[in-house]
This record gives sequence, C-alpha cells and structure tokens, in this order.
Amino acid sequence: MDFRGRDIISIRDLTREEISFILDRAEEMEKSPPGNVLRGKILACLFYEPSTRTRLSFEAAMKRLGGEVIGFTEAGVSSVAKGESLIDTVRTVEGYSDVIVIRHPREGAARLCAGIADIPVINAGDGSNQHPTQTLLDLYTIRREKNRLDVDVAILGDLKYGRTVHSLAYALGMFNARITLISPRGLEMPREVLSDIKKAGAEIQEVTSLEETLKGIDVLYVTRIQRERFPDMEEYEKVKGAYRLTADMLRDVREGMIILHPLPRVDEISPEVDSTKHARYFHQVKYGVPVRMALLKLILEG
Amino acid sequence: MTIDMKVKKIKNGTVIDHITAGQALNVLKILGITKEYPKTTVTVAMNVPSGKLGFKDIVKVEGRELEAEELDKISLIAPDATINIIRDYEVVEKKTVSLPEILEGVLECDNPNCITHFEAAKSQFIVEEKNPIKLRCVYCERSMDEEGVVKQF
Repeated sequence: MDFRGRDIISIRDLTREEISFILDRAEEMEKSPPGNVLRGKILACLFYEPSTRTRLSFEAAMKRLGGEVIGFTEAGVSSVAKGESLIDTVRTVEGYSDVIVIRHPREGAARLCAGIADIPVINAGDGSNQHPTQTLLDLYTIRREKNRLDVDVAILGDLKYGRTVHSLAYALGMFNARITLISPRGLEMPREVLSDIKKAGAEIQEVTSLEETLKGIDVLYVTRIQRERFPDMEEYEKVKGAYRLTADMLRDVREGMIILHPLPRVDEISPEVDSTKHARYFHQVKYGVPVRMALLKLILEG
Repeated sequence: MTIDMKVKKIKNGTVIDHITAGQALNVLKILGITKEYPKTTVTVAMNVPSGKLGFKDIVKVEGRELEAEELDKISLIAPDATINIIRDYEVVEKKTVSLPEILEGVLECDNPNCITHFEAAKSQFIVEEKNPIKLRCVYCERSMDEEGVVKQF
C-alpha cells in the first residue's frame, strides 16, 4: 500500500484495509521506533484553533522521526491577522515545508488546502466535520487494548457537534462494531450522519440511560459537550453537566471494559474514575504519537 | 396524445416533458420564471398520466430556448425530463437532461460554516443519489437534499 504524497482529510477517504494497514504500522512504531527516518523533512503546523494534544503529538511524532516542525498555534500571530486568505497562506507555507497539518474552524478547510497545495495535507480538525487522525488513534487504542475492533461500544455525550464521534462511529461501522449512542436531548446524532454510519455497516441503537448500557459493553467512549460549537449559549447552559460518569457506576461493568475520552474533559468523567482499571484515556493520548509517526512516515517516505 | 387536446401547441419555445410529477412549479422556479418574467406564455400541466413514469408534469415556455446550464439545473429535481425545442410548431431538437457525477459551481453549500463561503473556492458536490437528489459537499461533507436545492432558486 503506497501512501506517499497522499492527503489525509477524512476517514471516508480510507478503506477498512487501509485503516488496518496504518494501525499495523503504528504498532510497529510503538514497539520498535525506526529512528531518524524523516531527518531533513519539515512539518508545517497551521493551527487556526487552539489544540494541546493534537498539535503536540504531531510535533512529538515528527521530532521522534528526526524531522523539524514550523508553524503557528493561533491565527492571531500570523499574517491571518492582517487578513491573509487561507489559500494564500497555504501557497506560502508549502514553499517552506514537506507536509502540512491544519486545524481550522470552518468545515472543509483542509480539503480546500489539499486541493491547493502540491505537498500532502493532513486534517487535524475542520470545524465540526472531520478529525481523521483522532479517529485513527481511537481505533488504535481500542485494538491495542481489546485486540479487536468488532466490539460492543457505547458513545456518550455531544453526538450532534462532536466531530470525533461522527468519524469514529463511521469507522467502527466499517469494522462491524455494535454501537449504542447515548446523548442529552437536543444533542442526538444528526439523522444523516446516523444513516451514513448504518450504511458503513454498523449495528446501531440509540438509548437514553447510561446505567443500563454500561453492563453490556467493551468500550465506553465519552465526549465533552463542546461549548465553542453552540450557536446559542442558552442551549449550552441547558445541557452542560447533563451526564457524569462516577466510579460507583462502574460496579457491574464487564471485567475488561475500557473508558476512552478524546480530552479535554470538563466534568463528564469524575476524577476518581482515573484510578480505576477501566480508565484508558491517558493511554489513548499517548497512542496519538505512534499513530501520527506511522502516518507521517507513510506519507513522506512510504 | 390526450395532452395535446388539453394544452395548446406552442409556436416557438421549449417543451419540458417527463418532469417528475409535482415538480413543475420547482422547474419554473429554477428557470427563474416568475411574475416579473418578460411577457411570455407559460403552460403547466401537472399529474398527466404517463406510460414511463406513471404520472408526469409538463411545462411549455413560449418564445424561449433553454440553455445547457439551465438543463443541468432541471436535472437536479427532474432527472427524467426531456426537452423539445420548438420552432414554427415543429420539434427541431430533442434533448435529455443529465446530472453529472460532480456538480460544480451551480449550487451553494447550505452549511453556513462551509469554507466555500469564506474563500475563493467554487462549490463542488458529489451526486450520491439522483432520484430524489442527494448531494454531498466535497469540502464540508454535509449532504443536501431536494429541499435544500430548491430553496436556492
């Protein structure tokens, strides 16, 4: 499978076989890192929106492979503040680098950049649309911890605006997972997303009670209610804090059940859950590095 | 045909036949034929029995020959439509509409946060389903249905 020069914009662009291939390479990266195979290569990080994990793990991944990183972490410090268009910024930056990683508040920004730049572009989140490397690392975490992807998984939280859950559910569908969706009223997964996921192959159901669902799952994926995506703050106030996972609720769960969260969290997982054997969200964060190392190497070197 | 008895033949202009039943008024909308339209006779027949479609709509526009771009737009809501260009009561040209696999520039994405509204980018949609229409924006990946399409005209 040849990924050289390829853009990674949406999980929809990848087949099940390609995803498995990337996850296999990530596992190799974790077990035996290949050293400075990307020496002399430059990654440009264009972050128009705040990010901690995604940006730092891309930077760490590039550096672990011997490459260099340039870029900006907020639009305010670049020429964007002077009114430069995204198109012009990308045309400029591609002259300085070998691969671009972009996060942008507008949906479709990464696809637009990929169409303009001659060098490969990786989407690190475009508004509420896609965040494919998060999905890959979520899948990697599930496979690494459970040894398979056809799991019983419950996805809890903001299923309307949360881009990670749309792509994750779609990808899990490709691997025949059985998915249960739990969300506060008004934050249900949009119908069209739901029908896409069903088409991808998922067995999917929507419920309202977390307690009932907890007993029968292998993976609980919790997400934050994303304040920044709400058009109306009144709506946000109504649903914030609508659910909270506590250690008490984990008494009757399956022995090997794992809890994931793309982080940052606000109050949806109580801190005492962190020390239970089920908590895996900090492992998940760590796995972001080998997954992004694998992608960068595949795209730049094959 | 019965229809010819009900609706007069036109001298010059366009007959749009085999329009999906119920879509005739949307076809007029797409063609920009409104109250303010330069004086011409427009005849609309709805729910006409049709061997091929069960029922169909027909629109006759006197004094106007449709352009290719207009035909593309009609195909969005009436994929089986046929176009007859009439000169001096005779059919001089027959055309069918065809919906391309990728639709470029014709419509705007109805997601207000789509990048195409903020940068110099031409809209692009993948035609996922033709009848009824389902489009997906190449950029923001949001899908748009018939309602979203008709709203734009």
